[in-house]
Amino acid sequence: MNLIDKMVSVSINGISVNVQKDTTVLEAAKKVGVEIPTLCHMDMHEFGVVNQNANCRVCVVEDKKSGRLVPSCAQKVYDGMEVDTDSIKAVMGRRSSLELLLSNHPQDCLTCVKNLDCELQKLADDMNIRKIHYEGEKMDHPIDISSGAIIKDPNKCIMCRRCITMCDEVQTVGVLSPLERGFDVVTSTAFYLDLNQTSCTYCGQCVSVCPTGALAEVDATPKVWRTLNNPNRHTVVQIAPAVRVALGEEFGMEPGEISTGKIIRALRRLGFDTVFDTNFGADLTIVEEAHELIDRIEKGGRLPMLTSCCPAWVQFIEHQFPDLLDVPSSCKSPQSMVGTLTKTYYANKTGIDPTKIRNIAVMPCIAKKAEAAREELRDNGMKNVDHVITTRELARMIKEASIDFTRLEEDTFDNLLGESTGASSIFGATGGVIEAATRTAYEMITGKELVNVDFKEMRGMKGIRKASIDLGERTLNIGIAHELGNARKLLESIQKGESDFDAIEIMACPGGCVGGGGQPYHHGDFSIVEKRRQALYNLDTSMKRRKSHENRMVQKLYKDFLDSPGSDKAHHLLHTSYSSKERI
Amino acid sequence: MKEKVLDVSNLDQDALKSLDKHIDSLKGSNEKETLIPVLYKAQELFGYLPHNLQRHIAMKMDLPSAHVNGVVTFYSFFSEHPTGTYTVSVCMGTACYVKGAKDVLERVKKLTGASEESMSDDGLFSIKDVRCIGACGLAPVMTINDEVYGKLKPDDVDDIIARYKEDNQ
Repeated sequence: MNLIDKMVSVSINGISVNVQKDTTVLEAAKKVGVEIPTLCHMDMHEFGVVNQNANCRVCVVEDKKSGRLVPSCAQKVYDGMEVDTDSIKAVMGRRSSLELLLSNHPQDCLTCVKNLDCELQKLADDMNIRKIHYEGEKMDHPIDISSGAIIKDPNKCIMCRRCITMCDEVQTVGVLSPLERGFDVVTSTAFYLDLNQTSCTYCGQCVSVCPTGALAEVDATPKVWRTLNNPNRHTVVQIAPAVRVALGEEFGMEPGEISTGKIIRALRRLGFDTVFDTNFGADLTIVEEAHELIDRIEKGGRLPMLTSCCPAWVQFIEHQFPDLLDVPSSCKSPQSMVGTLTKTYYANKTGIDPTKIRNIAVMPCIAKKAEAAREELRDNGMKNVDHVITTRELARMIKEASIDFTRLEEDTFDNLLGESTGASSIFGATGGVIEAATRTAYEMITGKELVNVDFKEMRGMKGIRKASIDLGERTLNIGIAHELGNARKLLESIQKGESDFDAIEIMACPGGCVGGGGQPYHHGDFSIVEKRRQALYNLDTSMKRRKSHENRMVQKLYKDFLDSPGSDKAHHLLHTSYSSKERI
Repeated sequence: MKEKVLDVSNLDQDALKSLDKHIDSLKGSNEKETLIPVLYKAQELFGYLPHNLQRHIAMKMDLPSAHVNGVVTFYSFFSEHPTGTYTVSVCMGTACYVKGAKDVLERVKKLTGASEESMSDDGLFSIKDVRCIGACGLAPVMTINDEVYGKLKPDDVDDIIARYKEDNQ
């Protein structure tokens, strides 16, 4: 069949257009610049997935030939089709659909976590809804905060199923499903289990795509405020690489605009005593991880070695591949390394009682909240990190304090755990951790200086990537995956013994931490994630030192406190263990 | 709660073996398509589909437990609770509803002591409210196992239930 046979001619609001046969009305309308409101529909073509259930009926338009209302997101065009998107019938149809959704909604917008960031609320405004004419039964389901990471409030759910599509098809975790039927339908875990009893990884991608407040992060800001208000506490805060290229978006800055200095100043204004950089922890992780990799290569240990910075990914392997728990690196995450060093090294140096120190981490990630609560991540009976807030939560605190973020002056990190290299900046992007590790491993293994530090083959947004690095005597085979569905493919190849990788980096979120579940909402526009990713690479290039082992404060840490990479003390403080978990 | 879902030691182990064999015989076909026949078989073997059995099926078929639970709770044919010797299905379709099915249902509940969630203490009866069973001309209608009772008044229910009780004395 040639191209002409595949084309059909349709008219949208009187504008004629030729489109391919399998085009939806929504796509055809977009072609001629006609916007149709949508709610449940989400085109995640970056993952090859479209959430297209036509559940919400908010996108209905009039098919003039049949006189019927059709859901434009799912209705395919046919030759000679005439569509009106703005006829009285279409407008009233959309209003009714929306009013029906709102009639079974708590309407507590003022205090909702998604206030002013909610797609349902925006539609209600766009459609000029001032009164809801339908009164009927409302759902009454318990709210789940069991995980301490994700809050699930089914009463705010509009059954769009975006979260299910994300969890099932992109992440292949499959924790959520619609249960029951008719009015009783609820988006739930199996058997109504609490989220912390399931295989949920807390990656938070369900939160990223939820149009309403049905899924969100558990709000840790009240605890942080209380800690800041307690004069007997010494508060230490750290910020992850991906936060500095995204937080500004909450204050009208461009995605990818770097605002590190302003964030530090804001944190000091909020009352934190010390501001450290998770990037320092990232550099330290690389030194430990590269050391571990070389150790495994030299002693014939388990290969490939998998990175262990991403907590959702760690949770994923514990639940889904319990027979492969010897492959992840035993290194703690950068968040946890900075946490434990604050209560040991920093406390020693300053003479501050470590039991009075409270570590707060600002992360692009929801799973980091669950990571901080892990039993394995305690030293001397104290949690490495006490509270985790997401990028969004920090933005809310800054707004709450009425700080004019964009006009803040730049500030710098506190010294002891504040220095970082370019290698640590790219930790927040897919491929970044392994590129940073390669820079260090190359010099450790060959003993030669690495002149060109840019391993461009490791970069990009392709789901699974490979690279081979020539080390003279041997080649280092690298694998990279982002999104857990891609991670599953790599793990299955390891399970079958088909993998020839030496080292693999996995990040659970699309694009890496820049696309994390705790970042400002992108509402499905992944070009925002791409801009943040690019910014991290720009940050890397702008740095004088771009190899983690050249971080002078990391060198000092080994000299003054830890002895050497992989030493007993380093092992005790900077490494962790994993345990197998059930799959539900 | 979680332990109860994971542990299958309380289930009839012979039935479990026979179910596993059935699932193995379907290997190679699309799991999502064969799920309903598997659940059908499981209910035939166990009488109902407790949570631990659903989770067992999910693991065996490499499907998310949530998906299996979603299918089980969608179809009224499947039951998550033990069922009695007699399943009383009261039609709550529109025609039956307006003809007083609700009163019929209430009377059945009162007489048997069973509810939609749990069977009667003597293990004889369980109750289902079902959507239209296609016998609107007989509204309000109920079935007890394969027997159909139509044009019911609540008082009719007394005799019917009494007969089933007598049969089992």
